Amino acid sequence: MAKMTMVQAINSALDCTMAKDPNVFVMGQDVGYFGGVFRCTEGLYKKYGAHRAIDAPIAEGGIVAAAIGMGVNGLRPVVEMQFADYIYPAIDQIISELARLRHRSGGEYWAPVTVRAPCGGGIRGGQTHSQSPEGIFTHVCGLKTIMPATPYDAKGLLISAIEDDDPVIFFEPKRIYNGPFYGHGSVDQKSWNAHPAGEVPEGHYTIPIGKASIWQEGSDVTVLTYGTMVHVAEAAIKASGINAELIDLRSLLPLDTETITASVAKTGRCVIIHEATRTSGFGAELVAEVQEACFWHLKAPIERVTGWDTPYPHAFEWEYFPSQTRIIEALQRTLETN
Amino acid sequence: MTETDQKAEPAYKSRLFVPKASSRPGSPPDFSTLNIPAAGAAPKPDINCNALDIQDLAYSLIRVLDDKGCAVGPWQPEIQTDELLKGLRHMVHVRAYDDRMFRMQRQGKLSFYMKCTGEEAIAVAQAMALESGDMLFPSYRQQGLLFVRERSLVDMMCHCISNARDNLKGRQMPVFYSWKEGNFFSISGNLATQYSQAVGWAMASAYKGESHIASAWVGDGSTAEADFHHALLFAATYQAPVILNVVNNQWAISTPQSFASAGTTFAARGIGFNIPSLRVDGNDFLAVYAVTKWAAERARLGYGPTFIEQFTYRTEGHSTSDNPDAYRAAGEGKAWPLGDPIERLKQHLISLGVWSEEQHTALAEELAASVTKDWKEAISYGSLDEGPHWPIPTMFEDVFKEMPDHLRKQRQQMGI
Repeated sequence: MAKMTMVQAINSALDCTMAKDPNVFVMGQDVGYFGGVFRCTEGLYKKYGAHRAIDAPIAEGGIVAAAIGMGVNGLRPVVEMQFADYIYPAIDQIISELARLRHRSGGEYWAPVTVRAPCGGGIRGGQTHSQSPEGIFTHVCGLKTIMPATPYDAKGLLISAIEDDDPVIFFEPKRIYNGPFYGHGSVDQKSWNAHPAGEVPEGHYTIPIGKASIWQEGSDVTVLTYGTMVHVAEAAIKASGINAELIDLRSLLPLDTETITASVAKTGRCVIIHEATRTSGFGAELVAEVQEACFWHLKAPIERVTGWDTPYPHAFEWEYFPSQTRIIEALQRTLETN
Repeated sequence: MTETDQKAEPAYKSRLFVPKASSRPGSPPDFSTLNIPAAGAAPKPDINCNALDIQDLAYSLIRVLDDKGCAVGPWQPEIQTDELLKGLRHMVHVRAYDDRMFRMQRQGKLSFYMKCTGEEAIAVAQAMALESGDMLFPSYRQQGLLFVRERSLVDMMCHCISNARDNLKGRQMPVFYSWKEGNFFSISGNLATQYSQAVGWAMASAYKGESHIASAWVGDGSTAEADFHHALLFAATYQAPVILNVVNNQWAISTPQSFASAGTTFAARGIGFNIPSLRVDGNDFLAVYAVTKWAAERARLGYGPTFIEQFTYRTEGHSTSDNPDAYRAAGEGKAWPLGDPIERLKQHLISLGVWSEEQHTALAEELAASVTKDWKEAISYGSLDEGPHWPIPTMFEDVFKEMPDHLRKQRQQMGI
């Protein structure tokens, strides 16, 4: 075991898989010599060489397309989109090609590509360095979509993603790359050093894709969230004094509906939290799942706390971000209804 | 003139330039502005040349067969006569297949079809110039690749009618073939996506230290897509062992090549990426074969990518869904100054004394009959309307390697 930040845990996952399998390589802009703008690929170039930590032109569509071709030819590409906001130039290659190749070819061809993308706000990144586009990808047939909330999960899930024969979109909430975050810029960012999930095995281990984690048990309301918002929700629950069950989804698709519905059936209440904009966001899918499976258990309407339906702002970041205050209000509203 | 035929009063005195088509209905076909050099005129460079050394070849046209059917000049390939006869047979076979499938579409037996009439030499000669371990990333008008690699026509037909023997399990529209055993990549409807994927495949071959190369095809219209530019950039950056072909058949449905060429040749695009780039008479089997051999050798020996513009003409419509007479001059295909690829190779073989008009007629009849027999067999495995098709629940398979719970539940909702 070692103390790791999420950046270090991701780096360790890449290192472990590259050491184990010569077919695994990383590719993207700045991932080679420089080690990535967020340092996730640091040291891989020195250890494995320029042909396995491959610097690429700034052409996200080209990077994903090349990765598809390399994947078809037996390699396991791990590509980095420098920011999730820049995934859009690659979207046709991801949606029309990567996601559907196995199906359209009758199972003849597939490409085990992992697309890593630092996502989310809280870093003063304005609208082009702060987005949470996960809902776009969960709507696509043939992709697995993951977002971890801790260094431990990030490493185990990333190794699973790389070793998976299906394409995986692996979102990394960059606000918690170096420590958990509790919802407002004025709150000091805590270090992963002080967090139990910062204890990360140095060797190879996996966490199954499609299994949620019950972050804390509770009896009065179920909180469903993922990524950075797990920590904001945890802090909000603590501040509210409410006995809430907090579930970190970890994998959005496949989704662990069993854990979700068992919890809501138990508590009878549900609050869903995500940073991404509200309309047609992943929260809407969660609401639909919960009401279909748990309608007769529900004691109150399901609440959603999300980013607003505006582009992510630069100056009003903390007004945009789902805050502890908004989460507490939602929890209280839910409990007011019998 | 009716009221609707009158042009609206212009709101602006527009100065916008919009490219003109080479022809439109009502005008006679006119190819007088094409600069067609004599066969044999283009020099053949060393395979380790660089792009700038041979930039003239990006603006010229490599031709081997002259107007009399004689092979002339430095690009004459080393190819045995029996191979040429085999190439001719494949081209005639492709044409017989296209004709049969087109008619079946018109009879409602398949939903859609695309012919490659006039372009047969490109896929056939290129496939013959490549090795079986080389990977093909085709567009939808290179069915000739499958013929050379000996794909069963019955299986191709079964795909086109989505019956129970369709290797794509009823998931793709006709002509979007895939054939892993033959290293023929699954065709996508989104244009040019395969171009940059082919470069990735070639990069992986180099990564693994293998000598297999990739070859990819796009049409002239598809060069407008971002993936086309990504492919050239990545191929050049990583010196990928790949052959990138642009099949310039003059028309992207109704849109002429002038909307994608920007007033220059397509081959000229390659020079800016420092990729050796050539322009070849796509209706000249020998020229296409020779240029492909040259490019394949370059790639295999580690000299990197080659970019080839195959200069040809799409004689028929884009697909069964369009009517070319509605957007281009009638008879343009017949007026194409570079002729018909089958006629030209036939003429060459006759001039060599190894072929005759009688043999050719007999071959066309034999292959038409053979295609009819294949069609009867294909339809015996099921038709588009009547089936049998793959079992419906199989549509939930292959979305992922293992079926996740949500798909299993949806399948159960069908009662299965």
